[in-house]
Amino acid sequence: MKRYQNLLMIFGVALLVALPLWLRQKPAPAPAGKEVALFRGTDDQATDVISRIAPGYRPWFKPLIEAPSGETGSLLFALQAALGTGFIGYYLGVSTTRARIRRETDREARC
Amino acid sequence: MHIMEGFLPVTHAIGWSVASAPFVAYGMYTINKRIQEKPEQRMLLGVAAAFTFVLSALKMPSVTGSSSHPTGTGLGAILFGPAAMAPIGLVVLLFQAMLLAHGGLTTLGANVFSMAVVGPFAAAAIYRFAKAAKMPFGFSIFLAASLADLLTYITTSAQLALAFPDPAGGVAASFAKFTAVFAVTQIPLAISEGLLTVLVMNALARFNPLELKEMKVVAAQEMQA
Repeated sequence: MKRYQNLLMIFGVALLVALPLWLRQKPAPAPAGKEVALFRGTDDQATDVISRIAPGYRPWFKPLIEAPSGETGSLLFALQAALGTGFIGYYLGVSTTRARIRRETDREARC
Repeated sequence: MHIMEGFLPVTHAIGWSVASAPFVAYGMYTINKRIQEKPEQRMLLGVAAAFTFVLSALKMPSVTGSSSHPTGTGLGAILFGPAAMAPIGLVVLLFQAMLLAHGGLTTLGANVFSMAVVGPFAAAAIYRFAKAAKMPFGFSIFLAASLADLLTYITTSAQLALAFPDPAGGVAASFAKFTAVFAVTQIPLAISEGLLTVLVMNALARFNPLELKEMKVVAAQEMQA
């Protein structure tokens, strides 16, 4: 039951990510011939809203380091995710082995 | 939920930093105390940090046609208490601000407040409430993690609304505009975050029942089931 539930949850997450990609069609380019970007980050959109509410506002500080290209940026994001999952995977690996050893010693002790 | 570098007026930037600082300081204290008392929980603390690291790097598409990311703070808040997540969130946000130009140093205080203070405290409170209401373990975790995710983004909207009130409708109109950007996009992502947190928690409950019992995440009799 548990295993079946877990698989269902993984499937659910995959579906939640994949469905929008499939449901949202790329909008027609704006009349000016500018491409309308789809799936932009909400953080950037919030910045747009700010410039609409307060057109005079200028950011008073610039990021110290800006990734030279989108590729370098995605490298760092991938690195961040890889380091995190690597650690979680290592811990779960240690845990499963430890749980197995604990079970085996329990069984031996009972014999 | 990352407010971009320089996009908060100086007074707000300072104000949110001052508001976040005591949580970070108290969180450091609780983490230090915990590690001194129970050094064996150090690895699990690393897992909580790693989970936030991963989830806040995952930018997922949403049905609204925008992309956003989960926060991953619910897991650690349930395991170690909400205060412990403040310094962990600070480290994650600092990494993203320094290396990824995602968020920023001037907006760090505000971002820590939404992601590493409001989110974790909401998660811990909702989890406690759900447990008291005798809801099933998995569902309690799901509720806590997903609502904490959503509340983080609502906090960001409120922070931006306070800083940039609409010239006509004031803070309320501005809040509506920012939640329109953040909150609706976040709903499917919050569900994803809830599900992923339950997955990791299920694995921990299965392979680390002793730790979870010790941390009072689950009651002793629940683990027998």
